[in-house]
Amino acid sequence: MRRLPDARGHFGRYGGRYVPETLMAPLIELEQAYAAARRDPRFRTRLAGLLHDYAGRPTPLYFASRLTEHAGGARIWLKREDLCHTGAHKINNVLGQALLAARMKKRRVVAETGAGQHGVATATAAALLGLECEVYMGAEDVERQALNVFRMRLLGAKVTPVEAGSRTLKDAINEALRDWVTNVRTTYYLLGSALGPHPYPMLVRDFHAVIGREARAQARRALGRLPDVLVACVGGGSNAIGLFHPFIGDRGVRIVGVEPGGDGIATGRHGASMTAGHAGVLHGCLSYLLQSDDGQVATAHSISAGLDYPGVGPEHAYYRDTGRFEFVSITDEEALEGFQALTRLEGIMPALESAHAVAHAIRLAKTLPRSRAIVVGLSGRGDKDVHVVARALGTEVG
Amino acid sequence: MSRLDATFVALRRRGERALVAYLTAGDPSLADTRRLVVEAVRRGADVVELGVPFSDPLADGPVIQRAGQRALAAGTTLARVLETTATLRPDVAAPIVFMTYYNPVLAFGLKAFARSAADAGVDGVIVVDLPPEEADPLAAETQAAGLDLIHMVAPTSPPARVRMIARRSRGFVYVVSLTGVTGVRTEVPKELEGQIRTLRAVSTRPVCVGFGIGTPEQAAAVGRLADGVAVGSAIVRQVERHAGTPDLVEKVGDLIAALKAPLRGG
Repeated sequence: MRRLPDARGHFGRYGGRYVPETLMAPLIELEQAYAAARRDPRFRTRLAGLLHDYAGRPTPLYFASRLTEHAGGARIWLKREDLCHTGAHKINNVLGQALLAARMKKRRVVAETGAGQHGVATATAAALLGLECEVYMGAEDVERQALNVFRMRLLGAKVTPVEAGSRTLKDAINEALRDWVTNVRTTYYLLGSALGPHPYPMLVRDFHAVIGREARAQARRALGRLPDVLVACVGGGSNAIGLFHPFIGDRGVRIVGVEPGGDGIATGRHGASMTAGHAGVLHGCLSYLLQSDDGQVATAHSISAGLDYPGVGPEHAYYRDTGRFEFVSITDEEALEGFQALTRLEGIMPALESAHAVAHAIRLAKTLPRSRAIVVGLSGRGDKDVHVVARALGTEVG
Repeated sequence: MSRLDATFVALRRRGERALVAYLTAGDPSLADTRRLVVEAVRRGADVVELGVPFSDPLADGPVIQRAGQRALAAGTTLARVLETTATLRPDVAAPIVFMTYYNPVLAFGLKAFARSAADAGVDGVIVVDLPPEEADPLAAETQAAGLDLIHMVAPTSPPARVRMIARRSRGFVYVVSLTGVTGVRTEVPKELEGQIRTLRAVSTRPVCVGFGIGTPEQAAAVGRLADGVAVGSAIVRQVERHAGTPDLVEKVGDLIAALKAPLRGG
C-alpha cells in the first residue's frame, strides 16, 4: 500500500496546501516539528500516558445486544469514543497537537469548533498544559450549543462568536485561520478535523488512528476476526478516518462513511459533500465540496452542528474515488430515530453526529445475517444535544 | 513585453512609483465597478486590481469581506467580471489584474479561465490561496495565454522561499507587508525594509507592497522602498461610504489622486 499523503501533502489529486503565503513557512515548520516529535520516544510516551490516564483509553468495544435484536440482522458493536474524557473522540487529536504546540514553544492556541466538542477538548488540553486558548465558533452554533460554550469558558478559554457567512463551522475555520495568519509567530492553530492544509489531515488522522488500532485488536479478541463493516459519521471526517485508517489494507472489511442528509438530499438542505458536491478548494485543501456552479461555497445544513460543514477531509475524497470507502447519507429525522433507539434500547445517549452512524448501522444490519459484525464509531455522547432533540421532538427543556 | 512589464519600465523611467488600486468587482454593482475603474485610472491608478469575490475570503479583513458579500449578493460571478472587463478594456490603457481565491478559478476551469481572461484584456492574476507549490496547473495555462501569474511573498517567507517565489512570479512580486489579513493599519511595519532588501538581492522584478496601507503618508513611506504600492481596504471603504450616492465615483477618484500624489516623481 502506498503511503499517503505524499511529501507535498497530497492524497492522489486531493489535499495539498492552498493557503496564503504567510502560512506556508509555519506549515512547513509544523510538518517538521511533527516529524521530529513522532520519532521522539519521550513525546510518544507522554502522549500514550495522557491518552491512558487522562483521556481514559482504551475505550471499550461494546456489543449492543438489544440494538442488534431490534435491527434483527447483523450484530452491532459500538466503539465507545463517547466515554473519552470531555465526551468525544476529539480529545485524542487535541492532546497530541497540544503537546506538539508546547514542544514548539507556542504559548497560545486557537481552534474552531462546530458542536463545541473540539472547542471543549482544546480548552481542556489548554488548561492541562497551561496554554492560552481562544476558540472561534459560528454564532448560530453558539446559540445551539450554549452548554459547551459555558464549559469552554469555565475551562478558561475565550470563546469568540463568528457572525460572518453562514455563522457555522465553516466560518469559524475562516476566522481561526485569520487569527493564525495574524498571530502566527506566537500561536498554534489546533485544527480539529481531518482537513485543512497539509500536514493537518495527516496529523489529525494519525492522532485519531488509535481508535481503529484499538478496535482492530478488540474485534480480534471478541470476534476472533476482523469486523465485516465499519460505519462512522463524516462531517470533516476525523473520527471516521481514525476508525477506518488502520483497516484500509483489510480488503474484507467494508468501510462506510455516513454524511449528514439534513432535510434530504433533494431539498438541497444537507451537508453531503460526497453525494452532492464536486472537487474544490476550501480551507487549504482540495476535496469534495458543496458549491455553486461558479465556485462559491454552499451553506451546509444538518441538525448536528458537528456535521454542518460543506467540505470533507481529503483522504476520504481519495478513498471515495478509489472505491475503498462508500458514502451514504442519513437525514436529520433518521438521525433522531437513531438517537432515540440507542438511548431507549441501550441506555447510551449518542451525540447527534454519532446518531447518524447508528441510524445507518441499524438500516444496514437489517440487510445482513447475524453472522456479520458491524462496528460503529460512536464518536461522542449526546448530553450537549438534549435541548436540540427536545425541540425537534416538540418539547422544551430548561 | 507584457502590459505590466511595460508599465513598470515606463514608471521607472519617469522616477515614479505605481499606485495599484484595488476594487472589489461588483461592489456595489458591476456597472459601478466599470465607472470606478475608468475613474481610478484617470485619477492616477497605474494598475487596477479587481477583486473577484469569494464566499470564504480567509485572507481578507472585515472591509473587503463585506464588499465581497455585497458583490455576491448583487449576483457577481467570475464570468460576469470577465464580461465587464472586456467592455471597459477599450477605455482603459492601464494593466488590470484579477485578485481572487482558487476555487472560483478552479470551478471556471483553468484553461477556460486563462483564455477568457486574456481575451477580456486582463493582464495578470493573483490567487491569494495558491502558493507556487500548487500553482503548476494554473501557471501552465496562464503562460500559454500570455497572462502574468503574480505570486506573493510574506514576512514569514524565509530567504530560500523568497528567491523561489520571485523566480516564479510574473509581472511583479507582491509583498505582503504584515502577518495578517487585509485592512488599514496605523503604521508601516518596521520589518518591511529588510523584507524588500532580501527580495531585491535575489530579483530584479518590480516589487509592489500591499496589506495595511491606506493613507498618502503610508503610501509615501512605502513608495520610498518599493516600485508600487497596493491599496485595497481604504479604497473599498470609500466605496462603501459613498455607494448609492451621486458622489461615489468622484469621492473614490479623490482618494486615488491623494494616494498617487506622493508616488509621482520629482
